[in-house]
Amino acid sequence: MTKYYLAWLLPCLLLAAPMTQAAPMDDLQLMKEQIRQLQDKLEKMEAEMKASKSRPAPAVPVAQATIEPAPQVAQLPNTTRSDANAFNPQISVILNGGYRTFSRDPATFAVPGFALGDAAGLGDRGLGISESELNFAANVDNLFYASSTLSLPPQGGINVEEAYLQTLALPGGLTLKGGRFFSGIGYINQFHPHHDDFIDRSLANRVFLNGTFAGDGLQARWLAPTDNYFEVGGELLRGDRYPGGGAARRGTGSWDVFAKTGGDVGFSHSWLAGISYLDAKPIGRASFDNTGAVTGTFDGTSRMIIGDLVWKWAPNGNPVDRNFKFQAEVFQQREQGTFTNALGAVGLYNGRHWGGYAEAVYQFTHGWDIGIRHSRVLARNSGAAVVPGGVLDTFGFHPRRTSLVLGYANSEFSRFRLQLSRDQSQPLADNQFALQYIMLIGAHGAHQF
Amino acid sequence: MKSYIKLSVTLLALLGAALPSEAAVRVFACEPEWGALVNELGGTDVEVYIATSALQDPHHIQARPSLIARVRNTDLVVATGAQLEIGWLPVLLRQSANPAIQPSQPGYFEAAGFVNMLEVPSSVDRIQGDVHPAGNPHIHTDPRNILLVAGALNQRLKQLDAAHADAYQHRYTDFAGRWQAALQRWQAEASPLQGVKLIAYHKGWAYMLNWLGLNEVATIESVAGVPPGAAHLADLLARQKVDPAMMVIYAAYQDGKASEWLGKKAGIPVVKLPFTVGGTDQASDLFTLYDDTLQLLLRAAGR
Repeated sequence: MTKYYLAWLLPCLLLAAPMTQAAPMDDLQLMKEQIRQLQDKLEKMEAEMKASKSRPAPAVPVAQATIEPAPQVAQLPNTTRSDANAFNPQISVILNGGYRTFSRDPATFAVPGFALGDAAGLGDRGLGISESELNFAANVDNLFYASSTLSLPPQGGINVEEAYLQTLALPGGLTLKGGRFFSGIGYINQFHPHHDDFIDRSLANRVFLNGTFAGDGLQARWLAPTDNYFEVGGELLRGDRYPGGGAARRGTGSWDVFAKTGGDVGFSHSWLAGISYLDAKPIGRASFDNTGAVTGTFDGTSRMIIGDLVWKWAPNGNPVDRNFKFQAEVFQQREQGTFTNALGAVGLYNGRHWGGYAEAVYQFTHGWDIGIRHSRVLARNSGAAVVPGGVLDTFGFHPRRTSLVLGYANSEFSRFRLQLSRDQSQPLADNQFALQYIMLIGAHGAHQF
Repeated sequence: MKSYIKLSVTLLALLGAALPSEAAVRVFACEPEWGALVNELGGTDVEVYIATSALQDPHHIQARPSLIARVRNTDLVVATGAQLEIGWLPVLLRQSANPAIQPSQPGYFEAAGFVNMLEVPSSVDRIQGDVHPAGNPHIHTDPRNILLVAGALNQRLKQLDAAHADAYQHRYTDFAGRWQAALQRWQAEASPLQGVKLIAYHKGWAYMLNWLGLNEVATIESVAGVPPGAAHLADLLARQKVDPAMMVIYAAYQDGKASEWLGKKAGIPVVKLPFTVGGTDQASDLFTLYDDTLQLLLRAAGR
């Protein structure tokens, strides 16, 4: 209630402030008189309050430290909620961009043996901004929380990255999420890229999940009522996003389940581990080269298992000055069906894929961190669709990429990164250099572990 | 079908076994000072889990899996509020799937709602650093606030656990009496500190400065939440020649390097204060927290 009044009072005061300055001297006199009267009134009210002794004086003077033994302060309005909803909804904008160089033409990017999604590549050379993110989030009411993240690609247009509601008050440790959201499989998939420690996602995440696996659908999670963290969850999704495609099974083409557990070891260590299974039924799933041209389409089934582990260290659990993070995910994928190449030739295709990444990031002093990441993928494809020199031909090659990153953060809201990578996705190595800035304007986000 | 029934029965049985006993009110205290206060007021009727230690910066806690699991099973979350925990508590509350402790429920308690806030900014511009729009959240550095919060917390505990209302009231009356006596003692002890000039590392002491009449002439962090640069430290040193401070203070969880450097250069004592319960060996409970803080300040001031 007080908030409501404050909301009206503030603009009124703001409007009044310049007017008082502009008022002529006579008016000033008048106002002084009014203020004096107000003060008298206030003093009277204070005296009354003291007499009734219903609550303690809000400010206790230094000399007078005695406080009534049982102050009934419980009725005082609580105006200091810490949940960032002082403005409803909380709004934040993330701006990012930078500079990239590649020793090879980025248009030639490919990963032999893999039919890639449209976001598996690394973008263009030179200066440029990346997608800006606009997030609105708030508790809708006592039962629901909702969040919407819109991304504004530099070419124009708006993408709805996430738009979901989540329950807050289901009994028994259950949480339901519905709408469009980043899937909870694996570890890093559910985070927005500005949270990452590297400028881009690992080769394995880009190959297996097309950068980020998201979908329209429903997620259910259950948190066990134990002192050790254990959570299981599952999702039913439309199935039109890579590695799915074509919204099979009447628009419920993908489903997944995951289990996560974690805890602390002493004061300084904490960890989180998970295992996930994703089942997709792609229909006419297009794959692309890095110029955006279609390299073929796939019909069949795509099943994947992901294992993930995160280990964090901070002295006494205080990560402000120094901290260390180790993170790894492994992927195993099986695709069976038919592949139609760009020329229209149809053939049976049976693919077995493995991959993963491991990264270590060390913040050695307040604001500065260094990190290293290695990622590799491996394909064994068979069937008539695997033709020499085609998209599914592995050339017997093991694609891999290694990156080094140096990060600097002036505050929680501004961050800069420099990244060197040796990309051996193809037999000819590509040396890459990238600079990035990330600026956060607006509400102070709270991040998951 | 039969196997499904069997499975659900087993799961339910496991669930029942895993659920902690209903004997005590389970409290999740975000900071050690509130953990200590709940222990004073709740005694054996509460089971307190303290989420952070005195060596951790309460602004920057990670929403660790262990904390999510604890919030899931708790009956009451006691936070400071005023956006101190904004970087982690909202995630814990949302991830915990616990309807009882969502904001606006009786199971959610914010201490800052019951005291008079200081340093409430008239404008929130992050050029001044990570400013808290609701005011300085470090309210517990003034022990008079502890009593105000204790009163509200007592009401809340009685509301949540009506069966033991008398016991809570008894413990509260006892605590309030002891606290009043301690306040008077501290007040007398601290009189030499009136007007003493000091430099603090972070704007974390507004309430203590107000309580003791101390004069904070500068902070080592030029803006809140951003580490100091060399130029600002040089400014502080130059300032020291004109308007000398008597000591440098910093909290146990903060990196003391910049404070030590400044103290050495300026030739004034550097005091590591406990900040909260557990910050020093002496500060083992709420009473000794202020005992030790005063002793350290008095010693540094040479009084």
